[in-house]
Amino acid sequence: MQKILIANRGEIARRVIRAARELGIRTAVVYSDADADSLFVQEADEAVRLEGTAAADTYLVASLILDAAAKVGADAIHPGYGFLSENADFAEECVKAGLTFIGPPPAAIRSMGDKVTSKEIMAANGVPTLQGVTVTDVSAGGDAQDLQAALAGIGLPAIIKASAGGGGRGMRIVNSADELLSAVESAQREAVAAFGNGTVFIERYISPSRHIEVQIVADAHGQVAALFERECSIQRRHQKVVEEAPSPVVDEAWRAKLLEAAIKAARAVDYRGAGTVEFIAGNDGTFAFLEMNTRLQVEHPVTECITGLDLVQLQIAVARGEALPPEAMNPTITGHAIEVRLCAEDPAAGYLPVSGTFDLFEVGGDGIRVDTGVETGSEVSPYYDSMIAKVIAHGPTRSAAAGRLADALSRARLHGITTNRDLLVRILRSPEYLAGDTTTDFLDRVEGLTAPLTDEPTHRQHAVIATIALAARRAADRSVQPGLPIGWRNNRATLEIVELKGEGDPIKVAYNLQRGAPVIEVDGKPVIVEIHSAGSELVDATIGGVRRRYRVHLTGVGGLDGALVDGVGGASAFSVVDPLPAPGSSVPAGGLIAPMPGSVVRVMVAEGDTVTAGTPLLVLEAMKMQHTITSPGDGVVTALNVTAGTQVERGTVLVELSDPAAE
Amino acid sequence: MPTLRSEVDTNSDEYLSNLAHNAGMLKLLEDQLEVARAGGGAKYMARHRERGRFTCRERIDLLVDPGSAFLELSPLAAWGTDFTVGASVVTGIGVIHGVECVFIANDGTVKGGTSNPYTWKKMLRALHIARLNRLPVINLVESGGADLPTQADLFVPAGQLFRDLTQLSALGIPTVALVFGNSTAGGAYVPGMCDYNVMIDKQSKVFLGGPPLVKMATGEVSTDEELGGARMHSTVSGLSDYLASDERDAIRLGRQIVTSWNWTKLGPTPKPVVDPLYDPSELMGIASADLRVPFSPYEVLARLLDGSQFEEYKPEYGTSLATGWGTLHGYPVGILANKAGVLFGEEAQKATEFIQKSNQVDTPLIFLQNTTGYIVGKSFEQGGIIKDGAKMINAVANSAVPHITVIMGASYGAGNYGMCGRAYDPRFLFAWPNSRTAVMGPSQLAGVLSIVGREAAAAAGVDFDEAKDAARTAAIEAQIERESYSFFMSGKVYDDGIIDPADTRTVLGITLSAVHNNVVEGRRGYGVFRM
Repeated sequence: MQKILIANRGEIARRVIRAARELGIRTAVVYSDADADSLFVQEADEAVRLEGTAAADTYLVASLILDAAAKVGADAIHPGYGFLSENADFAEECVKAGLTFIGPPPAAIRSMGDKVTSKEIMAANGVPTLQGVTVTDVSAGGDAQDLQAALAGIGLPAIIKASAGGGGRGMRIVNSADELLSAVESAQREAVAAFGNGTVFIERYISPSRHIEVQIVADAHGQVAALFERECSIQRRHQKVVEEAPSPVVDEAWRAKLLEAAIKAARAVDYRGAGTVEFIAGNDGTFAFLEMNTRLQVEHPVTECITGLDLVQLQIAVARGEALPPEAMNPTITGHAIEVRLCAEDPAAGYLPVSGTFDLFEVGGDGIRVDTGVETGSEVSPYYDSMIAKVIAHGPTRSAAAGRLADALSRARLHGITTNRDLLVRILRSPEYLAGDTTTDFLDRVEGLTAPLTDEPTHRQHAVIATIALAARRAADRSVQPGLPIGWRNNRATLEIVELKGEGDPIKVAYNLQRGAPVIEVDGKPVIVEIHSAGSELVDATIGGVRRRYRVHLTGVGGLDGALVDGVGGASAFSVVDPLPAPGSSVPAGGLIAPMPGSVVRVMVAEGDTVTAGTPLLVLEAMKMQHTITSPGDGVVTALNVTAGTQVERGTVLVELSDPAAE
Repeated sequence: MPTLRSEVDTNSDEYLSNLAHNAGMLKLLEDQLEVARAGGGAKYMARHRERGRFTCRERIDLLVDPGSAFLELSPLAAWGTDFTVGASVVTGIGVIHGVECVFIANDGTVKGGTSNPYTWKKMLRALHIARLNRLPVINLVESGGADLPTQADLFVPAGQLFRDLTQLSALGIPTVALVFGNSTAGGAYVPGMCDYNVMIDKQSKVFLGGPPLVKMATGEVSTDEELGGARMHSTVSGLSDYLASDERDAIRLGRQIVTSWNWTKLGPTPKPVVDPLYDPSELMGIASADLRVPFSPYEVLARLLDGSQFEEYKPEYGTSLATGWGTLHGYPVGILANKAGVLFGEEAQKATEFIQKSNQVDTPLIFLQNTTGYIVGKSFEQGGIIKDGAKMINAVANSAVPHITVIMGASYGAGNYGMCGRAYDPRFLFAWPNSRTAVMGPSQLAGVLSIVGREAAAAAGVDFDEAKDAARTAAIEAQIERESYSFFMSGKVYDDGIIDPADTRTVLGITLSAVHNNVVEGRRGYGVFRM
């Protein structure tokens, strides 16, 4: 294997490049137009453009990927995760094209791709699955015993669901065998009433449930390595948010069962490569097969952290036909690792994805691994996944890892795009998380997680810091009188005022930093500030009796358009409101006069019409040329003094417009 | 360059008593500045704001670069007269887009911004500064013209304003008028003579005669807008170059106009600025409360010069005057500072040489005055003190490098002239609050008159009335005391302002930077020196 074409983008493309480079293998990537300036394109040895931006036109088109592979002379394809990674046809085509597909055999992808089939295979091979029974009609009587027999196979508690329905109607939870018959009957009655169909389905009810998965890697020599479990219960919209290894609830005995089940699952489909067997689990140690992901998982780094293995390199080794090394076959757990998915999204607005440009992207720290596809200045396009980075902490214990990760996230400087950073920090610092009480309903159950980390007083402090940094930048950039005290006056009438727009209402900071103790007022209220050092990057100041160091990043032309402030209390982003109006933004209202003598050819507006800047109002013909008179600003036509054919002198008021600001 | 070492004991009785006295003087200054800022008083300020207008100082604060310095000039003009302190106008030096400009802003809250004799004096001084230092002029106009009751003292000299404006233009110094309100009668020539005009819709009013005057003169019936509205001037007469929608828009346009000049300063650029080793605010405890007690100029220089570094010229000769070179806010400067008050022949000769040498190498000069004048007495007259003093005055008068004078304490007699007093046209002259300027000290002057009176009585053979003489002497002493008071001099616009001693370095930094807008070049030839 000499050169891998990575059929993916973003952080996973960079992850594969890193692993390949360590093995001395060249890399090539494909990229859409939206990703032309991305880090992964810059880091790969070669790159092939895929015209277009939508995934369906680019990363999902197998033929384009294969063409690219041919163009760069790649001999292997790494599909990453998502996109074509679990597409059996694509895997097949790769093989047909003589390329090594770094992933499982197409057949394994196929059998695991179908939920029903996979469940059947698993059940047949002794992997615990959620078995269910369909009940059409019990009112006919006599079947009660059959029902009890079926329940014995399912286990308690069980849930009864209407086959036809949804929305919880017809749903009953059964905690003891005695309740079963009446529960089924009432569920059926409700199902009939609601859906006209009394068919119900009984299956094991696991609640609260957890999402626990096992990482496996299988080679072509019959070896299957089970690299312990990961727990990824904290999810939103079925997408994982926080993942960790090992699980806080799995003990040795439980782990042994999980690993055994996972190995069975892999063997059942003659698996090769890295894969993940996902289980639904209860707090009591019960678990059942959900599905198998036949690819590298997003959350693979936590497994790497605790085992010291490089899963991408293991994938490549297996793909090359090598046997799994002893360290993979006899893995050990060292410490605890937690990963969070940092996403460009607004948790408070229903996790709405956000696109834009990162004015600042700095995250890291001791014991912190960051897998990301972005950097300061990167643009996040709306075309792909909103995940922008995985931040992983490895520590000796779970609480150490959680603390370290929350700290690194809270210190991260993320500006320009809304992210779920604050949510992640709040999760990691919540008593529920720290107690290991991480079930799939976590985000619905735990309250207050979407509140911003930066409270109002801190935000106001940050406005003061932004003001100081802006003043320092202006002072440093002065072209004349460079050494003078900032804003010096020998007869001071007013304080300098800067209006900062951030979250919430704009904040007005009035200040005078000229000598001795600075005078600062925030929205008219004096704030006692002692400035120890003031720069445009760092401000060291005592506010409210506490001395803190604030990091600042100034944005825009000359660094005077905005300020991004990070402190121990959180982060704020401000834009500076120009005290002077933009050119042309306040065109004086009044009459529009004829620029020269002529005749009105056409009138396009009527009195009372609302016009905007540039709206054609009328056409004037003078000296054989037609001049269109357009509205200089937004407003309402209050008077129309001419009609088509009117002869006008220069200076005649043609149209009068209202002042929109006055309304 | 040698570094000055301060020997001031900030816990000494002398320091503390000076500090207390000077702080008291500063409080008096601040009180008067507050009177100036109050303009026409609370009622007229409130009315002005109700009309949605900014005050003249708010306009300036919005016009200058954020964080830049603004040095208000002659803030106590008209002090001690019947006119409002500040003389209904604000002048000063500020920075727009990195360009240092002279600002002249009428205070519309004081009698409608009308001009009295002190207003004109203050404005003409600002224009003189603009001319000497090649500083563009920004007028913020809101004036009903002359204060008619005082027209006799005003009308004739006032014409110089318009002459100055157009001469500045001819010298290549741009002039701008931002018309915030009335600019009528004679005032209409301010926009008339400026290179650039901005008028505000429904607010600016510029005409020679308003509707009543026109009706009286010609019988024509007209409206304000027809005669001088901003829209009329912007679309019909063409007097206005830019039509602004409101005050902020006018200020934006004013800033935009300055950027179009691609302004370049003609003087050399400064070196990096190094702070002094000592706190300038300690000057408050260094400057003597009692003007009869001299204080060390080295202590002053240690708080003014970059790095407190001073290379003294002829330290062993003429020791009552310190001369030497240093750097202030990055600008090389020559310093002449009085040490023991009186100037002898040696001091005058040393000063003469030093001024010539500074001219030879194009170095601006700073005069720090604390002088009681040239020595008198038989041996000195016979030794030619007049000739020596004449050399120094010749050197100062004909020196072409920029001069900036600070009156720290006494400024008496010909010492005021030799040390570049106002009549010697320094580019800028500032005074500390406790300073005095007069032909001589009050008690000396009263005593001289008493002696002269006694001699006259003896010559006439009449009895000398001792009691009457004592009363007259006291009265004269009080009069001189009052008239030499720094506020009194400042009220007459004989300086460019009373400054907080602690701000001296900053004020010198601003003014040195300002003078470098023009060529900084010394005199190569000199007048005949009387040896």
